[in-house]
Amino acid sequence: MHERLAAQDAEKAIAHRLGLLDRPISRIEFDLVLFRRDVDPAALATEVATVDNGKIKKRRKELTACQSSLVFVNACQSAQPECPGRFPEQSFIRFGQQATGHAEIHGVNPEQNEASGQFCDANSLAEMEAADDQSRPKRVKGCYFWAQPEMRPPRPRPPRPHPSQKIPIGKIRPAWSKNLRLELQNAMGRDSKTSYTPAAVCNHLPTTSLCDAVNDGSLMSLILIVLLPFLGAILPALMIRSGRDACAIATGSVTTLSLALLLTNVPAVFRGETIRNDWTWMSRLGLDIQFFVDGLGLLFATMILGIGLLVIIYARFYLSENDAMGNFYTYLLLFQGAMVGIVLSNNILLMLIFWELTSLSSFLLIGFWGHTPAGRQGARMALTVTGCGGLALIGGMMLVGHIVGSYELTDVLASGDAIRQSQYYHWVLTLVLIGCFTKSAQFPFHFWLPHAMAAPTPVSAYLHSATMVKAGVFLMARMWPVLSGTPEWFYVVATTGLITMVIGAVIALFKDDLKGLLAYSTVSHLGLMTMLLGFSSPLAVVACVLHIINHATFKAALFMNAGIVDHETGTRDIKRLGGLFQLMPATAIMGMIAAASMGGLPPLNGFLSKEMMLEQAAHTAWGGTTWTLAVAVTLGSVFSFGYSLRYIVQVYLGKPRDDYPRHPHDPGIGLWLAPTLLVALVITIGLFPETFVGTIVRTASFAVLRSSPPEFHLALWHGMTPAVVMSIVAILGGSLMLVKLFAVRTQWDRLAIPEAKAVFDSAIDVLASVSRQVTGGLHNGSLQRYLFATIATSLLVGIVAFASHNFEHGTRSILRISPAVFVGWLLLLGACGLVVAKHNNRLFALIVVNVIGLIASLVFIYFSAPDLALTQISVEVVTLILMLLALYFLPKKSVIEITQFTQIRNGLLACAVGVCAGGLTWATMTRDFTTISEYYWENSIPGSGGKNVVNVILVDFRGFDTFGEIMVLGIAALIIYAILDGMLRGPMLAKLKIWSSGEVYSPNRHPIVMVVVTRVMLPLSLMVAAFIFLRGHNSPGGGFIAALVVSIALVMQYMASGFGWAAKQVRFDYHALIGAGGLIAAATGISAMVFDLPFLTSGYEHFHWPIVGDFELSSAMAFDLGVFLTVVGAVMLALAQLSQLGESTNREATNDEPMDYNPAVPHERRANSRRAKGH
Amino acid sequence: MEWIVASSVAAMTAAGIYLVLSLRTFTVVIGLTLLTYATNLFLFTTGRLAVNKPDIITSLDAPHSDPIPQALVLTAIVISFAMTAIILVMAVRGYFESGGDHVDLLGPEEVVARERQ
Repeated sequence: MHERLAAQDAEKAIAHRLGLLDRPISRIEFDLVLFRRDVDPAALATEVATVDNGKIKKRRKELTACQSSLVFVNACQSAQPECPGRFPEQSFIRFGQQATGHAEIHGVNPEQNEASGQFCDANSLAEMEAADDQSRPKRVKGCYFWAQPEMRPPRPRPPRPHPSQKIPIGKIRPAWSKNLRLELQNAMGRDSKTSYTPAAVCNHLPTTSLCDAVNDGSLMSLILIVLLPFLGAILPALMIRSGRDACAIATGSVTTLSLALLLTNVPAVFRGETIRNDWTWMSRLGLDIQFFVDGLGLLFATMILGIGLLVIIYARFYLSENDAMGNFYTYLLLFQGAMVGIVLSNNILLMLIFWELTSLSSFLLIGFWGHTPAGRQGARMALTVTGCGGLALIGGMMLVGHIVGSYELTDVLASGDAIRQSQYYHWVLTLVLIGCFTKSAQFPFHFWLPHAMAAPTPVSAYLHSATMVKAGVFLMARMWPVLSGTPEWFYVVATTGLITMVIGAVIALFKDDLKGLLAYSTVSHLGLMTMLLGFSSPLAVVACVLHIINHATFKAALFMNAGIVDHETGTRDIKRLGGLFQLMPATAIMGMIAAASMGGLPPLNGFLSKEMMLEQAAHTAWGGTTWTLAVAVTLGSVFSFGYSLRYIVQVYLGKPRDDYPRHPHDPGIGLWLAPTLLVALVITIGLFPETFVGTIVRTASFAVLRSSPPEFHLALWHGMTPAVVMSIVAILGGSLMLVKLFAVRTQWDRLAIPEAKAVFDSAIDVLASVSRQVTGGLHNGSLQRYLFATIATSLLVGIVAFASHNFEHGTRSILRISPAVFVGWLLLLGACGLVVAKHNNRLFALIVVNVIGLIASLVFIYFSAPDLALTQISVEVVTLILMLLALYFLPKKSVIEITQFTQIRNGLLACAVGVCAGGLTWATMTRDFTTISEYYWENSIPGSGGKNVVNVILVDFRGFDTFGEIMVLGIAALIIYAILDGMLRGPMLAKLKIWSSGEVYSPNRHPIVMVVVTRVMLPLSLMVAAFIFLRGHNSPGGGFIAALVVSIALVMQYMASGFGWAAKQVRFDYHALIGAGGLIAAATGISAMVFDLPFLTSGYEHFHWPIVGDFELSSAMAFDLGVFLTVVGAVMLALAQLSQLGESTNREATNDEPMDYNPAVPHERRANSRRAKGH
Repeated sequence: MEWIVASSVAAMTAAGIYLVLSLRTFTVVIGLTLLTYATNLFLFTTGRLAVNKPDIITSLDAPHSDPIPQALVLTAIVISFAMTAIILVMAVRGYFESGGDHVDLLGPEEVVARERQ
């Protein structure tokens, strides 16, 4: 059906134009840009062929809207002696079906100008531009083409330079064409011998996608990295049946696999490339599945997956027998996938989705111990705070997308100036920062984090060291090139970070709970990172990146360490601990090293980043004074060292006590393995920073800064800098603070700062009671009230819309009224009045309504819609039977209960709506219109071989809709089955058994005349159905109507001989019938895909059989068969189930015989069977 | 002819709305059925009225009515049958659950109690 546009012509034209068809090629590299204004970019796709070792590899590349119809073709062929020597014609470039537009090709030999008329060369493009022809292809700068027809061996590729390394521009990409290099030089105004960093070149390149060394990842590996944890989340839930070890191994394997996939990208990222994967999703909304990995993304993703793996190992041994480990790992993987999604998203909408997912999955993790009130409250508070922040972030990101005009992160990052100069900059800044601050627990949103410590310790180690709380820092770093650099950014971000850092450190010192101490310490360190990003200086960013790594290592180790202490001693209260060094030396050493790193002692990694931070703070002015920041951060460091020292001294040192709740000793390897690995990192990074993290810090800083970071050298000792002095002050002050802890604490307690949780709880209470009042006041549970409000509102909206526009009467000519129609109209009006007047007599009302239905089908047939009339009349019959069956159970009369006032009110509303609906119909019919149906009319025979256009639309043009529709029908039948099946068991059955309709029915339940007539009718009806089915494609009829006819014929058997007898005769299952129908319809659709046609493309063929004559078969018929089976199944399932319900009520036993009196059966047998049934 | 169809739509809509606003399930279903007729008829008329011009191709130039609304209405008829069936079955189940056929699933005592309020 669907037209295949002549894509091959385009291929041939291009291939011909390139001279590829008759010439051997050694090496081709070209970028080609195609663009046509009226083409939906989503429909474009290219297939690129690569010849590698003589084998042709194809890969398909979907385009996204954000690439604005840029068909980026990059084909490379290396010369091999056994190579076919030329591109096979068909596999060269395949365009999407609509892409046969104009192509603009630069740099092609002008004398070979053999392109067909579909292509537009540079000259005709110029003409079109001169004439301002709107259909011209858009000129995309920087596209070029380069081919070398002569044979020569491939050159070895030089190693790619590091992004921060300066290199001559000519050497940046040897494969780039001379033209492009010249263009670049012109743009940059220098000669080819000047050295540039790739980043500097980026700014001058016409499109970022050309610059970023786009690797379109033929394996879609980035998408897999993100998807794997989500897909794998099902594994732990299943594997827990095989034991806890199997469960942990399965979970660990998923993470390991994802991590391994991520690490394959390391070499490329370290070379300074950005690897992208794109997948079209909802391009019109700007939402595509786009992922990319650069230095920053790589750093975070590695931390998330790496520490995730350690946490999985740790949790296996930490969780007790009573904890649902399968659930735990499932939540963990969901969270992991969401986090990786955030850091790898190249689309801010996609990132928002993952952002919300982290809030949701962390809710599950924090509330994992849902049996404790603290767990529930902590989870709720975290969700509320981060969820509200997420809402603000959505607003901010929408604004960003509005300013930039694209939701692709790469585009956003390239539009820093546009955003900073926009009138919405302050809104963007506020909203995005609210999102980041809530997530990263910055003051004044810091309070949720300590309450989230109600989670199991592995969760705390994961969420609060490496991942969730760092998401805010990540986003600030990600948006740094766009948002930073303004005074607003500096004062808001740096000040908030500073306050958070100091307050967190102060509170941490006074916390007696080990995890509480660590939680506030995390708050403090997050503040530190935020402050560094706020400084807006490149070296501060470097310090921040380094601290992100360092904090993740020592804090995760410390949380795990605290978990071990809790696990072994049975308490995390510092006041009850002390002297553990002698009892559990291994744990103590780990804990002390990590805590020393947290306090910033050399030679550990915490010292490195802290020194860098102090150095930056010492050189940054705040509010015109140079000393403010230095003093404040030193104060923070004093407390920071104080609590770190407290962790060491008051937990591990001193004399062992004899009153621990449990007898502590070092745990097994499962618990200490993960923290040991992390502590090993703490030491090695501290001793050899340049070796271990130099490259990743540079690459990640490059990604944040979008330019090379300034020269720096990671080392423990830089000479006697101000930072060293500040460090010494911090160490001395911190030690003093711990010695005088009691006195300091007394002072602190005197301040009586309000507790955040109480404030939060009372605010929530107020909001909840207000919304409860509003909801309770509006919604009293009365359906009438809702319906009245809905209908009245719709009416009002319609009237307002009508009144605010001019109305003119339609000009379409009006048909003449025939007397028969007039009679029908009178009947219909009378019937409507009758239904309203007599609706309390339900049986009567039902019959009158069916009269209206029949008149409706007459209307259809009169106005040239035979298919509709047939459908309407058969549906009418089925509906009538269904309603009668239902009415059997329901009261037969209703009393008028509503007051006269309500009656009048309802009546007025009904009349008003009726008048409006009638007026709308009138207005519609009296106007001329344009329709797209001519297309269907003209293509019905050539496309599908059917003469009945309505049927062809249903089963072919809009087959997918019909497919959905029969699915709905099938689902509806299953719902009916489920509702009624629930009545056939349990207490409902007991109710049903004593229920009786109370009516007197004829004793002649299965009269012989009716039985005989329905039996005779059955084959006739089936025959009619077959006839209707087969003629459907060309005359009125089709699967729907045939199915309804069959259903009616079958239901008649039930009616004549009762459910008991009829159910026994049925040899097939109605459920299976629905399923079979769906499968046949789907198979028909999929079979088209086998022939490389879109889903549900139909085909047909004419046949000639000797006796039958000419006829045709079309695949749409098979589809119609699917429709037929589903409809029969659905209708019969519903009706049979409803009549089975009647069997269970308190009434006469069901019959096994087809009729009351069967003259064909001998008298004795009849008597026997009656006696057996107790008559 | 057009005003006949328009007034039919009006009558069926008005009757349907009035019945939908009533208190008992079966009456609501009857009302919905009427509304369905009205809606389908309205949808059908968006293709305008045509007499003796069915969409069966005899020749490509033959006059014909608009097939698209017809196909849409055909789908709508079948779907509304499914929905009517579901609501009916829910009404039956609700009747047995609550002991009454009030649309808000109130039993006989609760109806009395609400009236007293």
